[in-house]
Parts: sequence; C-alpha cells; structure tokens
Amino acid sequence: MSDLMKMTLAEAREGLRARRFSSAELAAASAAEIAKARPLNAFIVETPEIAAAMAAASDARLARGEGGALEGIPLGIKDLFCTKGIQTTAGSHILEGFKPVYESTVTQKLWDAGAVMMGKLNLDEFAMGSSNETSYFGPAVNPWRRGNDDAKLVPGGSSGGSAAAVAAELCFGATGTDTGGSIRQPAAVTGIAGIKPTYGRCSRWGIVAFASSLDQAGPMARTVKDCAILLREMAGFDPKDSTSVDLAVPDFEAACNAGVKGLRIGVPKEYRIDGVPAEIDALWEQGIAWLKEAGAEIVEVSLPHTKYALPAYYIVAPAEASSNLARYDGVKYGLRVENDDLTRMYEQTRAAGFGREVQRRILIGTYVLSAGYYDAYYLKAQKVRTLIAGDFKAAFEKCDALLTPASPSPAFGIGEKTNDPISMYLNDVYTVTVNLAGLPGIAVPAGISKDGLPLGLQLIGRAFDEETLFSAGSVLERAAGFTGKPGRWWA
Amino acid sequence: MSVDEKAVRRAARLARLAVPEDRLAPLAAELSGILAWVEQLNELDTQNVEPMTSVRPMRLYRRADVVTDGFYAEDIVKNAPRSEDNFFVVPKVVE
Repeated sequence: MSDLMKMTLAEAREGLRARRFSSAELAAASAAEIAKARPLNAFIVETPEIAAAMAAASDARLARGEGGALEGIPLGIKDLFCTKGIQTTAGSHILEGFKPVYESTVTQKLWDAGAVMMGKLNLDEFAMGSSNETSYFGPAVNPWRRGNDDAKLVPGGSSGGSAAAVAAELCFGATGTDTGGSIRQPAAVTGIAGIKPTYGRCSRWGIVAFASSLDQAGPMARTVKDCAILLREMAGFDPKDSTSVDLAVPDFEAACNAGVKGLRIGVPKEYRIDGVPAEIDALWEQGIAWLKEAGAEIVEVSLPHTKYALPAYYIVAPAEASSNLARYDGVKYGLRVENDDLTRMYEQTRAAGFGREVQRRILIGTYVLSAGYYDAYYLKAQKVRTLIAGDFKAAFEKCDALLTPASPSPAFGIGEKTNDPISMYLNDVYTVTVNLAGLPGIAVPAGISKDGLPLGLQLIGRAFDEETLFSAGSVLERAAGFTGKPGRWWA
Repeated sequence: MSVDEKAVRRAARLARLAVPEDRLAPLAAELSGILAWVEQLNELDTQNVEPMTSVRPMRLYRRADVVTDGFYAEDIVKNAPRSEDNFFVVPKVVE
C-alpha cells in the first residue's frame, strides 16, 4: 500500500502545500485503494477520471501558489448529496440512474475549496437504517473484524460507506448526514471521528431529504482536527435553505488546541442504560477520567425525558419521510413501472422502487399523519421534542458540554439484527436526542472492545458551539491515543 | 393501538404504495409493534407543552418577491422516465 493514504487530511494538506507530492499522486493512490477495496462495497459509483481532472486543476493552482483550504484533497461523498451529472441514488432503486442537473450546496463548497471527488458512497436506503443493510446496492462492510473471525460486520449507518471508506484509508475524509445518529454511530463503530453540526449550520439544499427537521450534514474523518478542517468548508449560510443560519463560521481547527481547562463537562445519569455491555460503561468512565485529568470539572446532570427520545423520533422521522418521499412518483425522475392507470402507475412504481424498511416507514408516517391520528402521534411527539430540548437547556446551565457513549455496542454482524426493527432502532439511543433538540454532537474514537473492535465516545454541545466539541474531542482523542487500524483483509 | 389489515390497506392507499394481500397481515403486526412501543409517550403529561415548530428559534429568511431562477425546462425534464417537448408524460387521466 502506498504510504500516501496513511496520512491524515491535515498532513496531506501540508504535504501538498510544500509540494512533497502532487494532488495527481494522491488521487491516483486513492483510486487504487478504492479499486482494491471493492469487497467493502463502500462506493456505489467510483469517479477516478473526474478525480484525475480535479487533481490536475488543483496541482495547477498549487503550482501558482494558490488554492483553497482543501486544495487537492481526495474525498468521498455520501450518495445522498446531489452531484451534477453523476448518479445520485440515496441507496434506492427508485433513484437508480438519476443524474442531478445541479450540485448540492455542501459539495459545491467542498469543490470550491479545492477538494477532489473520488466517488459516491454507499448508505442505507434514503438514510433509513443503522447498519447500511437497507441499501439497494448491498451492505457496505466494516473494515474491522473480530480478531481472526472472518464474519462480515456492519459499518453502522446510515453513513456506512463513508465510515468504511475513511476507516479503510480509501480517502482522507467523507461527507455524511445525520438524522438520528447516522454520522456518529458509524464513526464510533469504525474507529473514526464524525460530527453532526447544529441544525442550520450546513445547508440542506441538494441533499436528498429524509426528515427535514432532523437532517444535518457533517464531516467524517480519521481525526477530530480533520473533521474541523472539513466542517469549516462545509458550513455557512445558504439562501437556498430557509433553515440555514446566517452566522459566521468559526475557525474550528483553532478550537482543537484550546483544551478543556475550566470547562464543565456534564454526565447525564439517564444515559446509564440497562443491558448495555459493561465495556461501554467502562469506556465512558475512562472518558470522564481523561477529561478530569485534563482540567475539566465533571458535573452530574439529568436529562429526564431521554427514554422518550427514540419513540418520539420514530413518529417524527417517518412522518416527515412519508411526506418527503411523496415526490418519487415515476414522473419526474428515477424508476417508473408503466401502467395505463395513473394511480396504479404510482403505486406499482413505489412498491417496486422502495425497499422494505423505507416502505415500513412510509406506512407508519402516513398512518400517524392520517385524519384522526395527527394529535395523538405527531403533535404529541413534537411536544415531547420540546421537553427533550428543555432538558438540554437546563443541563447547559450547569455545564458546557455533555459526555456520553456514542453507540450501545461495537459493530455487529451483517444480518444479526435485521429481523427486529426496534432492536435496530436502539442503536441510536445515545445519539437521537441530539437531533430532536437540533444540537451538535461529535463521536471520537476512544477504545477497543474485548473482541478487538473500535468504540467511541460522544460529546454534545450547546447550539452553534461546535468549537467546544472540537476542543474537548481533541483532548479525548489525545488521551485515548487511538491508533488501531483494521487489518487489510480486503487487499 | 393495534393496526389491522384494513388500516394498513388504507395507509398504503394514501401513500400510493401497492401492498400485496399476503403482506398486509405481517405489516399490520410490524406496525402494531412499533406503535405499541411509541405509546409510552402517553406516560407524559403534555397538556401545557407547546409543540416544537422550529428546531432553532429563528425567523424564516425572507427575500424580495422577484424571479431569480428558472428558464431551463429541458433540465427539469432531463431525468423524467418519459417526456415530450419539455412536458412530463403520464398515463391519460381525462377522457
């Protein structure tokens, strides 16, 4: 393997600026690794020619002493971001062959900063899942294995292809999206970092919508600092997204060096959940100790409505999804199953185009929004959301950030949880509250399970205070000294 | 709340989703399971709680009411499974 791909994004950036290697060399090394790693099924579409052209343009800019913050850096893009002229599927048969005529705001910002696109990354269908197993294009595979056991493990989801590609060193970073934990949970179970920014920090324009009041884009990379570098370029006001916020984007990279001295870190007692493996709690205790040693003050806080977050989520998310996914009708784009009757054409197209989990959620969403049930379900859930947001507001009067586990278990085997939707939904137990309240959350690689699999910790911050997450996340990362790498069994 | 086959058929019709007869019963069971689980929300008294209507407290962004975009009908129909003269083509709906 070329050593080029072992660098962090920050190191690649310095090397490019110092002209120690070219962007063309990086893009070629990345494309070669991607081709070797096809058993991981991380990419739905590989774009080596586009990458080569973008890299050549980057090299020309670098030669002139120009170039943006990500000039020449190879990235992967979750296949939920519309990319002009390049198939964008959301992991669904219903969008197979769809080539957007526009570019999402977040990806456009990355290209404007000089980044190089390596391809489109696998995901759960319409980002609905926690294991990448609902993808029409087959599950992405976790590069990590349980010791010498060759059983294939899930990379988490829904940003499973992004997590697998970054953990396997196929590219220097990737975009993800997070509706209930879809950046943080896959990051945690593949031993990488990932941040879901505050709702409104990144534009949702051009991202295939799942649940619009919960969806938020964010970066995934091998270090906290690499995430900071990426987020600075992804974030920012966009008049095309009415929920995007007109706030200056801070220098997140600088925040990585701020430390935690004097910071108050809250530990929510309701996050001690029965039935969670002891090693998850032990890692949490270790994280508390690390932050304390680095000068943080630890305070116990209460988030009393935590247990109601997942049930509220499984009303709000399917309800919004059933509305958003109404647009897939066989008329405007994607799949069409012909029928002489218009309604039959809609029904047959949608039945053939959507997978099982997506159909299940559309039906739940339609049911809870239907006449007579709206107040009992959707309105109730939105009221519970207010209570959950209130919990955080009260907690943040006593502390500056919260520390929790990121995932209730290490990566599990493909097929192990597919028969029980609720046990699958429980993967998001630590992450989903953050989406309901619109707050930022970061997952940081922090330890190894007894089976040799990565485990992560999560930090939750105040709205628009990602900087504290980068500061405390960097402290955790340094203390944990997580240097584990998956064995390259696929190459 | 338990969901029966009739309710699944109704939701499927509203969602424009063809569900084969032999899938109605399993789906009714799955949906009942999920809805039984979400019903724990009823433990909470929310009578005096306002529903969340904006994730972050903010006013909707406004802009001048002027045309800023458009005039590319060809692009709009580019991905349509069937189109003619920049129109979407659907099965005949008016006799």
